[in-house]
Amino acid sequence: MNPNINPLVLFFASIFTSNILLSNFLGMCSFISISKSLKSSNGLGMAVTMVMTITTAINWLVEKYVIVPFQLEYLRYIIYIIVIAAVVQILEMVIDRTAPNLYISLGIFLPLITVNCAILGVALFMQLRNYTLLQSIFFGLGSGLGWWLAIVLLAAIRIKVDKAPIPAPLKGVGITLITIGIMAMAFMGFAGMINVQ
Amino acid sequence: MGKFKEVFLKNTWYENPVFVLVLGICSTLAVTNNLKNTFIMTIGVMLVTGFSNLTVSLLKNLIPSKVRMITQVLIISFYVIIVDIILKAYLPDVSKALGPYVGLIITNCIIMGRAEAFAQSNPPLISFWDGITSGFGYMIVLVTIAFFRELLGFGTIFGYKVMPGNFVNWTIMIMPPSAFFMLALFIWIVKGFKKEGAK
Repeated sequence: MNPNINPLVLFFASIFTSNILLSNFLGMCSFISISKSLKSSNGLGMAVTMVMTITTAINWLVEKYVIVPFQLEYLRYIIYIIVIAAVVQILEMVIDRTAPNLYISLGIFLPLITVNCAILGVALFMQLRNYTLLQSIFFGLGSGLGWWLAIVLLAAIRIKVDKAPIPAPLKGVGITLITIGIMAMAFMGFAGMINVQ
Repeated sequence: MGKFKEVFLKNTWYENPVFVLVLGICSTLAVTNNLKNTFIMTIGVMLVTGFSNLTVSLLKNLIPSKVRMITQVLIISFYVIIVDIILKAYLPDVSKALGPYVGLIITNCIIMGRAEAFAQSNPPLISFWDGITSGFGYMIVLVTIAFFRELLGFGTIFGYKVMPGNFVNWTIMIMPPSAFFMLALFIWIVKGFKKEGAK
């Protein structure tokens, strides 16, 4: 909403106070299903951060130089999702060539990112709030890092929770959701420091 | 008709997309603090699931399997755009309140999941029904959550004051964490019931 906001403020705000996952509920599906293991959480977090930063920047350029001049606003969703799918595909090939070790450690997570709602969500928020290119890049990077932080924290908590005595119907998803809720409350504690909406 | 009933029961209870498969909870949890918005949002999801299932099923023999995924995403985005335009035209205030979450229906995993798991290998009519009932199973859960969140958070239902005047609003209910707690509670209760039934 505020076009004059400092990109660095935006960066920290999107990691802590308005964490894309804990306050906007985006990227929940993979968050819950992948966070069983610390290692894969780390891989997915890295991939999400990378894709999010790149796609947000490209979508910003596409919005400014293609969608607005050609009046394609009604096709916005389709264009965004195509850009995301294309970036993921290209990134997959580039990483495979240049950093095979990273490629192996990312594995299935890279292609899965196309359908991660956090990626599309960040692009849509960026457009809705009229961010500049620099703000969008910091917003994308911050949201990615925030998502990464949240999934690694949850994975670490879940390792302990698995050993605790929990009522049978609450096991698995139930207790994970409660854990996420408590995490969300903890992150709300940062809210007094920076506010971005 | 037996198959239609079977699909209905499966999608709303035995294999409910939300509390059994835990899919697609991203985009709508954010709007469950208001019953009206939740209702409209889930109807949108239901229609998109139904029609994209129908389309995928009709086109399944024409789509080469290599480009299957991207075609499905494009079909889904097509219907989401229609829902978005209808909302903007007839319910502008709701459209504004939902914000980017309408566009995010595209990445709702239930829709993609049903298209891939059911419509790809079944005839059109039953696929349409499967989509609608999956959306309905989703709606039941979210409307229940929204009911309690709005009731306790604002003291209202569909915007009408129902709680007594001296009721203090539970502000936490309209904030993000309570969405997680409510969903966890819902899953807990339902799973408890299911276990009783199995015995």
